[in-house]
Amino acid sequence: MKRAVRFVVVAALWAGPLASAGPGQGAPAGAPPSGVVTPAADSALEARTSAVASQLRCPVCQGLSIQASPSELAQQMRSVVRDQLTAGRSPADVQAYFVSKYGEWILLSPAPRGINLIVYALPILLVLGGLLVVVLAVRRWTTAPADSATH
Amino acid sequence: MNWRRASLGVAAALPVIALLAWGMTRDPKDIPSPLPGKSAPSFALSVFAPGQQPLARTVGDTVRLADLRGQVVVLNFWASWCLSCRDEHVTLSAVARQYAGKPIQFLGVLYNDEPVSGTAWIKEMGGQSYASLNDPGARTAIDYGLYGVPETFFLDVHGRVAYKQTGPASAQVLARVADSLLAVAEKDGAPTNRNR
Amino acid sequence: MNGLIGHGALLISVAVIVLGIGAGVMAGRLRTQDWINAVYSAVYTNFVLVTIATGAMVVALVTHDFSVSYVAQVGSRATPLFYTIISLWSALEGSILFWGWVLSLYAAVVVWTNRRRAGALVPWSATALLGVSLFFAILLIGPANPFHPVYPVPSDGPGPNPLLQNHILMAVHPPLLYLGYVGMTVPFAFAVGAMLSGEIGSNDWIKLTHRWTLLSWGFLSAAIIAGMWWSYEVLGWGGYWAWDPVENASFMPWLTATAFLHSAIMQERRSMLRLWNVNLVVGTFVLTILGTFLTRSGIISSVHAFTTGTIGYFFLAFIALVLVASLGLVAGNSDRLGSAGNLDSAASRETVFLLNNLFLTVFMFTVLVGTLFPLVAEAIRGVKVSVGEPFFNRMSLPVVIVLVFLMGVGPALPWGRASRDEMRRKLVPPAAGAALLLAIALVAGMRNAYALAVVALAGYSIVANAREIVIGMQARHEARGEAWGVALLKLASGNRRRFGGYLAHIGVFAVAIGIAASSSMRSDREATLKPGESITVAGRTLRLKSVWGRDETQRSVVGATLEFVENGRVAGIIEPRMNFYPASQQPVPTPAVRSSLLGDVYVNLQAFRPDGSNVTVKVIYEPLVPWIWAGGLIVVLGAITSILPQRVRVAHEADARQPATGARGALAGLHANVEAT
Repeated sequence: MKRAVRFVVVAALWAGPLASAGPGQGAPAGAPPSGVVTPAADSALEARTSAVASQLRCPVCQGLSIQASPSELAQQMRSVVRDQLTAGRSPADVQAYFVSKYGEWILLSPAPRGINLIVYALPILLVLGGLLVVVLAVRRWTTAPADSATH
Repeated sequence: MNWRRASLGVAAALPVIALLAWGMTRDPKDIPSPLPGKSAPSFALSVFAPGQQPLARTVGDTVRLADLRGQVVVLNFWASWCLSCRDEHVTLSAVARQYAGKPIQFLGVLYNDEPVSGTAWIKEMGGQSYASLNDPGARTAIDYGLYGVPETFFLDVHGRVAYKQTGPASAQVLARVADSLLAVAEKDGAPTNRNR
Repeated sequence: MNGLIGHGALLISVAVIVLGIGAGVMAGRLRTQDWINAVYSAVYTNFVLVTIATGAMVVALVTHDFSVSYVAQVGSRATPLFYTIISLWSALEGSILFWGWVLSLYAAVVVWTNRRRAGALVPWSATALLGVSLFFAILLIGPANPFHPVYPVPSDGPGPNPLLQNHILMAVHPPLLYLGYVGMTVPFAFAVGAMLSGEIGSNDWIKLTHRWTLLSWGFLSAAIIAGMWWSYEVLGWGGYWAWDPVENASFMPWLTATAFLHSAIMQERRSMLRLWNVNLVVGTFVLTILGTFLTRSGIISSVHAFTTGTIGYFFLAFIALVLVASLGLVAGNSDRLGSAGNLDSAASRETVFLLNNLFLTVFMFTVLVGTLFPLVAEAIRGVKVSVGEPFFNRMSLPVVIVLVFLMGVGPALPWGRASRDEMRRKLVPPAAGAALLLAIALVAGMRNAYALAVVALAGYSIVANAREIVIGMQARHEARGEAWGVALLKLASGNRRRFGGYLAHIGVFAVAIGIAASSSMRSDREATLKPGESITVAGRTLRLKSVWGRDETQRSVVGATLEFVENGRVAGIIEPRMNFYPASQQPVPTPAVRSSLLGDVYVNLQAFRPDGSNVTVKVIYEPLVPWIWAGGLIVVLGAITSILPQRVRVAHEADARQPATGARGALAGLHANVEAT
């Protein structure tokens, strides 16, 4: 009985996140796990769901994917992903669905198009340019006369 | 003094500084919704809180967006655990009552909450003039790209999303958006008083 | 009273710093002992004053003096004493105060240990340290003043951020981070001092800087690992690294500092890369300030972002100032910074060091570009985009693979020139290590190609590094007949920096293997259980025994007790909980972890029914996670080994076949009284 009282106290302490202010990490506890779906036995579907879900950003968290986030909305979004995949939609369709609702912000890797290519190409260009510099430098330095060294 | 090296460094650093300075003027939490201008996601949700006359709906009835075509729809997502929802509750209820009789429907949608808690909250807050719908699994909320509560969507008579309000809505915003949508509705020759 | 003392001390410290900087300029130009003494006195005095201010804040926190704004913000009578003390760094103003204190401490220690050193290097460096201190002192009396008087005095406060008072690591991670982060100011100050004093052409300053970088690097490494651990233990998602802007902010200077630790050796040995080294040192410092800006300005949303204000503009102005001043200095000293490159052969450790610097720098740029790209996209396209974990993983994994390989090749190759035969002898046998670990990984079920590559190359490099140690031991054993254990100890103390380097490498391999295994072979399941029901993940069965709630002094707790069921018998319990703090609207997830050498069972309580009739739990099995923490410990041990002062006698005994990598040079940079300790 006393335990039940504590539950009420504890549940009363909890109130959910603010509109867009809360850095929501925790799962809303008092609310029932209505959106929680016990995973289907189908592990192939689970793997596909998780692959898609890892690419989508949890709206109430900070930078976590809906796959990683324990928040309730993330759990519900995972179940949307699962349902859409079950209904025969492709992973690209599912991504497009979420982009149409939340904007490009929802994608954890920016779509490799247009200006976004910068973020993919720059590191590769840096590696190539850097390698060129190192190769040229090593070639020049190994052929330099030994007495130029400033030991 | 190697001026070339110095200017090269400054040339590389300046854009970054400028970018960061510009970034200071932006709010990273303000993420625009892609929905305004697009056709509103359809829904069919059942009423759990009836609202009050003249806006009352029968508990258990299913409300379909398709049936509301020709009316302006104000969709307010809320929850009993949401603190900011308390701030806007009175305003929303009053504005909805004020517009009774016009071709505009106010609807609450419960987000990640139990209808029991929702009903209790409405009672605690002194009642709500319009009906609220239950959204199990937050499917409709996700369809509307919800980040949190409260968020309010304004749909025009053609069933398009016209405007999205993040955070508590003020009476001014509610009235301004509702009036402009109703004015457009009249100009377009939509039926002026059509209660389903 | 506390507020008055603290604020007063800070005001005086601003005056002292300004006078000290004036004296520093005179000391640098005239080089007379009186002016030099004046600068040093300013540094010591500043340390005393900031210590008084910090002490006043701690006293205010402990005595619940809510008339002090910071205490009113983070204090609470219900918070246990321990968390009250560490709430010193739980919010913006306190953390800046703590930062200022750590900086004043570093400055005092740097000056004290080098006070007898001749030349203008130390006076100028002390002046640079005072310059950076001035910035933080201005923050502390301006936009980040923690000592604002509050009136009327509240009777109680909300307490620190629940997320931060939920775990003991909160007492460990931030101080380590500040010690590492702030410590990077010292190398910067030395670089500035060397440029202003005209000593940049000598390699002396680089040896001094190398040691101090090593110290800060050790702290930063420990801080990053502790931060990962904290995130793992507290955030409830079973991960330890999310490429959050704050994590990136701590990682970027670590990368450039790591590059410097290697390239400094190039300068010490071959007088190469002078300009590059100055740039790395300055860049590392700028990255620490940039990281602080990113997290303190609210420009990028992040888990740890503090509340915002005008402080961001101060940081931005400071970054601009530092960049312009350092670029000007570097440009002005460019004739001293030129260095003729000279290599005996492309097949040498030098080449590997060049490549390692390239890839570490590219790694840093990749993280930097990814972190800032959302701003770029918004500026150009007006669209908000995210750059998150999948992007960073995809872009960094190839770089990590190359780096892990280079970490094996580097130690295996000799300085100077490796003959064809030597290369074969050194580079081929470690492949056995790669084959062994690859086979183990395949048998264990690892299938991800990247993870397999990391594990295999880590196997290669572990053997390559361990072999260097063993070869050294063997040489001693055979030449002097020392027992193996004695040989190891003598080897380690004979060339601490080199031995510490191998150790740090091995630690990094353990971390790499831990990350590869835990991220690629993790299995998780989520289920809603009634008492008596079970869930099985990766062959481990957990049965829900009970759901409970209780009140603790500063919080309420809801928890679930689950039993491990093995062969029908109960083999231990695990209790994930949710902690509810009055100040927070949301519960703080408090997952429970059962660790073993081979992996962790991680259980998070996701949701519960208020009547206790069921709970939703997420159970995760993550292999080799403890290897990450153990690897971090080994890295830190490596850093400590490298820093420990080396006694002259031992240095002379260093194996002649493995010339000391500037160990004696490092010795020269050390002051006698540090050695004595």
